[in-house]
Amino acid sequence: MNGSAANASPSRAAALTLAWRYASFRSEGFPVLPVLIIVVFVLTALFANVLAPHNPEVGTLGDRFHPPAWQDGGTGEHLLGTDHLGRDVLSRLIFGARVSLVVGFMAVIFAGILGTVLGILSGYLGGWVDQVIMRITDAWLALPALTFAIFLAAIVGPSAMNIVIILAAVYWTRYARVVRGEVLSLKEREFVRLAIVAGCSKRTIMRRHILPNVLNSTIVLATLMLGVVIVTEASLSFLGVGVPPPQPAWGLMLADGKKGLMAGYWWLTVLPGTCIMLLVLAANLLGDWLRVKLDPQLRQL
Amino acid sequence: MAGPVLEALQLTKHFPVRRGLLARQTAVVRAVDGISFTIERGRTLGLVGESGCGKTTTAKLVLLLETPTSGLLRFDGRDLQGLDAAMHREYRRSVQAVFQDPFASLNPRMRVDRIIAEPLVTNERLTGGEVAKRVAHLLELVGLPERSADLFPHEFSGGQRQRIAIARALALSPKLVVLDEPVSALDVSIRAQILNLLTDLQAQLGLSYFFIAHDLAAVAHMSHTIAVMYLGRIVEIGDAATIAAAPKHPYTQALFSAALPSHPDEKREEIIVAGEVPSPLAPPAGCRFHPRCPRVMERCSREEPRLLPEARRQVACHLYTGIGR
Amino acid sequence: MKLLEVRNLSTHYVSSRGTRVTRAVDDVSLAVDEGETLGIVGESGSGKTTLALSLLRLLPPAARNVGGEIWFEGEDLLRISNAEMRRVRGKRIAMILQDPLASLNPLFTVGDQVAEPIRVHEGASRGSAWDRARELLRAVRIAAPEARVREYPHQLSGGMRQRVVGAIAISCGPRLLIADEPTTSLDLTIQAQYLRLLRDLQRDHGLAMIFITHNLGIVAKMCGHVAVMYAGRLVEAGPVARIFSSPAHPYTQALLESIPRMSDGRQRLTAIDGQPPDPVALPPGCAFHPRCPKVMDRCRVEAPPEFRVAEAQVSRCWLSG
Repeated sequence: MNGSAANASPSRAAALTLAWRYASFRSEGFPVLPVLIIVVFVLTALFANVLAPHNPEVGTLGDRFHPPAWQDGGTGEHLLGTDHLGRDVLSRLIFGARVSLVVGFMAVIFAGILGTVLGILSGYLGGWVDQVIMRITDAWLALPALTFAIFLAAIVGPSAMNIVIILAAVYWTRYARVVRGEVLSLKEREFVRLAIVAGCSKRTIMRRHILPNVLNSTIVLATLMLGVVIVTEASLSFLGVGVPPPQPAWGLMLADGKKGLMAGYWWLTVLPGTCIMLLVLAANLLGDWLRVKLDPQLRQL
Repeated sequence: MAGPVLEALQLTKHFPVRRGLLARQTAVVRAVDGISFTIERGRTLGLVGESGCGKTTTAKLVLLLETPTSGLLRFDGRDLQGLDAAMHREYRRSVQAVFQDPFASLNPRMRVDRIIAEPLVTNERLTGGEVAKRVAHLLELVGLPERSADLFPHEFSGGQRQRIAIARALALSPKLVVLDEPVSALDVSIRAQILNLLTDLQAQLGLSYFFIAHDLAAVAHMSHTIAVMYLGRIVEIGDAATIAAAPKHPYTQALFSAALPSHPDEKREEIIVAGEVPSPLAPPAGCRFHPRCPRVMERCSREEPRLLPEARRQVACHLYTGIGR
Repeated sequence: MKLLEVRNLSTHYVSSRGTRVTRAVDDVSLAVDEGETLGIVGESGSGKTTLALSLLRLLPPAARNVGGEIWFEGEDLLRISNAEMRRVRGKRIAMILQDPLASLNPLFTVGDQVAEPIRVHEGASRGSAWDRARELLRAVRIAAPEARVREYPHQLSGGMRQRVVGAIAISCGPRLLIADEPTTSLDLTIQAQYLRLLRDLQRDHGLAMIFITHNLGIVAKMCGHVAVMYAGRLVEAGPVARIFSSPAHPYTQALLESIPRMSDGRQRLTAIDGQPPDPVALPPGCAFHPRCPKVMDRCRVEAPPEFRVAEAQVSRCWLSG
């Protein structure tokens, strides 16, 4: 109820508006920080060769367990310290970004394509096609993602491409579900009916009318799934069934580093962990903002 | 070619209602139950009725969005039942539609020229240039500026979108256009523009219209013939002016008396019909209107009246089919 | 003294950045006598719904009253406290909205919902409130009220739901009922039943009513006075018979001429060019001037004030000055 607004002084109203605006960039403000973080990571991954000061895969045993430069015992040579094999942590983080992002993006795209296509077919064609695809989706979704991924990894063996395929195979179902729901309601919209009346084939309708109108949801979902996929990839690496060593991956760094926790070598786990957290957080916040930005427009249409 | 554009004979559509785990058919929704009507070349048939009367289903049947359970649809004298693919396509080109919601009728992600051209590119082999020319011509026909072709639907108002929808419906030079509540979602001051446009186009292009609306004055204004539907049946059908001036069926009378006046001095006899519209799942026995009819007789609960000529139209009511006429 | 007197009411919508101001209701004045029916007519963007919400202080957070007074039974509703306003809503002024499904809570029985205002405003016990609820359902002509009180909204038809909404509205004996497009979602014959019910209720309880609608037919049938709104301003007001017979404002004239009449046959309608303006980007001067068949140079620059055209008729047009 708005009774008090009539009596609020103009300055108080202005102050409240300002505070609300800054506190919630969600509603209107472009999420500058998350996008910046993602851009930084992407650039790091792209220019890893140039940026990394050392070879991430080879280290000098004599330089083991150096702490980061700002602590006692640290050197300017290794800004973020070294690991148990004397490898430079900073370089490994930089190349690790490449793995996480490449695997993450590719998995999300593959899962997206597969899930969207199946979702559209299922939603628009209905009948037994819908039944079959939905049963498969239900069964798939019932499997715990991580366990399933480990199972698949054990079967096909570790390699970067395999991990991408495995992640896509595990996560396509989320897309299928969401897209099917959208398609079911789009199907009833009058412009689809008019396309049928105009004589368009089912294939044409799915391609020309249904697909472009579910893309918004697919994009939002993809951004939100990026975080999940990255964490899963890191978990797989952590458990030793991810991207095989000596290729650096953040999850793998966590696994190696946990041995050193007791000895106080905190930088071996905290640093890769922080990277994972930052990237996932940034992806989630971006996805959140995209959802708010893109959805209301859909509603208005 | 003389003869009516479209004929419906005992058109029926029943929807099965499935309940239970095994989706057994437990009941039937008699959405459209044996209706017959004719749409003449270059003229408008108006269909009125309230919710559950079956007018939307009838529109879908005419547009081949649903297949009839029984009954015939004849287009240009040809039976639509045993249509092969080629005839089917021919029908689609000749019968188009304009729906109620101007916001949902246009694909928000397509430009206006592609929207209007879609029926053309789907059904004919034309070069890009020919298509563009036709689109420009259609835009002019509906009174929209040429540059509209490059814009998206959301850049237009409701009335303008409805014009785009009309342009699209005319792309293939159809013979019949189904208009399902074409102006109900528009502002009052815009409705007259669109109704005038439709009237002009009918005169210019010799179009036939199947006009469905709940605004009785609009239907009476636009139609040559009016059909009144109740619970899947036609209860009165005939010349629009004749029926509007003196409706004979008690339901039609109630409907027209319920229509809002256009001036406070317009006094109408108030015929208030009691009760609610029954569900099409279980229509009353005998005359479907009898439980609510202010002039019900004993015969009405037993025997369903047939459509018979009376006072220059057809009425399905025992008041006019008795011994003492 | 009039029952309700609105003086120079203005309500604006402010965008969240404070940049865009939409003058949804701009300097509107009107009045309603006891037992009288006023129709407020307007199209989309006219501000009629915002006006209705302003009367009951039910505006969304983005809207603010920026001026004017609403005098109801001797008090300015804009100056009283929130607590006092709560005592007015439902008890002394009631409101009916367009969509009965949205107006009723799907999780509570009909009885609970009709009884609620009685319990809130009069502190009645559940038992006696439910007794009153049954009586009210009978008063709004719902068959078998004893059974209905225990049912849920989804079990009722649209027409019945709208009657339940009506029962809730009159439950505490309000002096004024505001009905915002109450019959738009109803079938014709159901609408006829409902309008007759409203008229009888009005007569039996001495209710004053404000009908907010885009449908001039409802105004012709139900109202004694009418106020026409366009782009947030009141452009014409007066007794219904007079306004329908000799409208002074070009918008009212054009509107009346453009509506299809049953007796007209298939004559071409007189249409109004253009479309209603976007409230965010109003034209300068008189908001109707781009569409006005009688536009003059002055209209493009200066917005006209209200002129008194006849005994009780006002028109906001330079031609009436």
